[in-house]
Amino acid sequence: MNLAYRDVRHNLFRFVLTCLGLSLLMAVVLAMIGIYNGLVADALNIVKAPRVDLWVVESGTQGPFAEASKIPGGTRDAVTRLHGVAEAGSISYQTVEAPFRGETLRLYVIGYEPGHPGGPEAISAGRGISQSHFEIVADAKSGLSVGDVIRLGRDPFTVVGLVEDTTNSAGDPAVFITLRDAQVLQTQLAPSAQRVQEARGAGLLESQDSVAAVIARLEPNADPHAVAQTVRQWKHLGALTQADQESILLMSVVDRAKRQIGLFLGILLSVSAVVIALIIYTMTMEKLKQIATLKLIGAPDRTIVGLIVQQSIALGAVGWSFGLILILLVKDYFPRRVVLEPINAAALAGIILFVCIVASGLGVRAALKVDPATAIGG
Amino acid sequence: MLNDPRRVIVDVANVSKHFGEGDARVDALKDVDLSVQAGEVVALLGPSGSGKTTLLNVIGCIIAPSTGKVTLDDEVVYDNQWLRDDLRKLRLDKIGFIFQFHNLLPFLDAKDNVALVLKLAGKSTAEAQRRAIELLDYLEVGHRKDAMPALLSGGEAQRVAIARALANSPRIILADEPTAALDSKRAGIVMDLMRKLAAEQDACIIAVTHDEKIYDRFDKLFHLRDGQLDGEEGDAT
Repeated sequence: MNLAYRDVRHNLFRFVLTCLGLSLLMAVVLAMIGIYNGLVADALNIVKAPRVDLWVVESGTQGPFAEASKIPGGTRDAVTRLHGVAEAGSISYQTVEAPFRGETLRLYVIGYEPGHPGGPEAISAGRGISQSHFEIVADAKSGLSVGDVIRLGRDPFTVVGLVEDTTNSAGDPAVFITLRDAQVLQTQLAPSAQRVQEARGAGLLESQDSVAAVIARLEPNADPHAVAQTVRQWKHLGALTQADQESILLMSVVDRAKRQIGLFLGILLSVSAVVIALIIYTMTMEKLKQIATLKLIGAPDRTIVGLIVQQSIALGAVGWSFGLILILLVKDYFPRRVVLEPINAAALAGIILFVCIVASGLGVRAALKVDPATAIGG
Repeated sequence: MLNDPRRVIVDVANVSKHFGEGDARVDALKDVDLSVQAGEVVALLGPSGSGKTTLLNVIGCIIAPSTGKVTLDDEVVYDNQWLRDDLRKLRLDKIGFIFQFHNLLPFLDAKDNVALVLKLAGKSTAEAQRRAIELLDYLEVGHRKDAMPALLSGGEAQRVAIARALANSPRIILADEPTAALDSKRAGIVMDLMRKLAAEQDACIIAVTHDEKIYDRFDKLFHLRDGQLDGEEGDAT
C-alpha cells in the first residue's frame, strides 16, 4: 500500500496541474541548455564545415571569427606551395542584410573559391555553385528556396542549392557565393559614394583582392603545428591549427554566452528548487492532521518520510517528463537552433532528483515535528 | 491470565504532568491514580481544561508524565524519570484510538484505512485486507468497504474508525469524544458496539466525553477537576 501514490491519485487533478506548472519551468531549463548547445554547435559548424587543418590569418589576430583578419588574396598560392599542404583556398566572411519579399534577411555570407576548400560540403537540394558570378547556395533556415533570386549589394543572386545546419554563432544562416562576388560585395559602394571617391581620386585605391583567411588541408602525415610555424615565419601572417581555431571560437565568442546561460540556468534551477520545496511544504502542511493520525496509530517515521519524499520525486519526475516532451515538441519553432542531447536530459533528471530530495527536506522536517496529540485535539 | 476479566490493563499511579516552569508553569495533572480492568468501559468527565485529554495522551503514550508510574498491560511505560523508547510500537500493538471526527485518511478507502494498521504491524496485504473486510462486515459497514471517507455518513465513518482501532486487537481503546459527531440514536448504537467489542476482545475502553446521553453505557465515570480526580461513580449502568 503506497501512501504517496494513493494521495496523488486522490488529488490527481491538483497534482497534474502542479506538475504542468513545474514542467513549464523544466521546459525553460531544457530550452536554455538546448540553446547553449545550439550556440556551440552553430559556432563550431562554421569552423568545421571546410574540413581543413590550418587557418592562415593576418598576423597578430585571432581571425577570422574572433576578430577581423585581412590578408592578400595571393597568399593562397604561397600557402599551397608549402611542404605538407595538400590544397588551400581563400575565404571571406561577412554579415549582410538583404531585402527579400518584403522582409530583411540577415545572412552570413561566405565567399570561397570553387574547386578549393571552403565551399558547401553537403548540398541537400539543388546543386553547388558552377558559375563564376551571381549564384548562391543558402542554408535552408534562411527561408530561401532553389530558384529564388535575392539582391546582395547591387547584384541579384540566384539560389542554386541548399545546405542544412550552417549558421554562425549568432544564429544567422550562412550563404555561399564565389570569393570574387564576396570581394565585390565587401568593397562595393553606393553609386553616389562611388562618385565621391572617384572625384577625390581614391576610387579604386583599395585593392579588392584581400581575403579573411586562407584555409589549408594538409598531407596525411604532415604536422599542423610545424606547418603553422613555417607560415608564421612570414611576419605579416599568422597561423592557427583547426583545434586552435575551435578553441578560440569557444573561448572568445561563445564563452560569454556560455557563462550567461550557465548563470541563468543556475538561477532557474534555484527557482525550481524553491518552487518544489514550497509545493512539497504546502502539501505537507495540508496533511498535518493526517500525519499526526498516522503517527498516533503507530506509523514509523520512514513511512511518513517516504510519503513526502516519494511525492516530491514523483512531482519532479512528471515535471521533468512533461517538460522534456514539451521542449521536444516546440524546439523547432525557436528562432535559434535548440540542440538537446540525451546526456543533457539525463543530467537534468539527476539534478532534479537531487533538488527534489533536498527540497522535500523542509516538508519532512515539518512532518517529523508534528505532535501525534494533534490528532486527538484538545 | 489474558482471560481474567479482573486483570488491570491500565494502571496510572500518582501521575502528575506539568507544562512550563516558574510563573508559566501549568499543572495539567496532579497525583492522579486510575486503574481500569479488562472488559471495563470507563469515561473521563470534567470541564474544559480539567486534564482529560492530557490524561488520555499520557495513557496513549503520546506525552510522558512529569512524575508517577504508568503501566499498560503489565508493561511499565513510565516510572518517574524512565521512559520506554519503543512507544510507537507499543501504540501500534496495544492501543487503538477512536477520534471525535473519525480522522480517517481521506486518500484511502474504508477497507484500506483499516488494513493500513495491519500492514504497519507487519501483516501481509492479503491478510490485512481479509481482516479489514471481516471487521467492517462485523461492524455492518462491509458494503461500504470501497467507499472513500468523504462519501461515508457520520455513523459509517465512525464505525470504520472503530474497525481501524480494533484491527490489531488492542488491549486498550482510547476514545476522544467518540459520539460527539453522531445523533443520540447512532451514539447509543456506537457505544453498545464498543461495549460488546471490549467484552469480546477482553480489552478496556477509556473515553473522554461530554455526552450525557451515553453516560449510562459506561461502567465507571471518573470526574476530573483542575488536573485531579474529583470522584468516581462506579457501575453507571
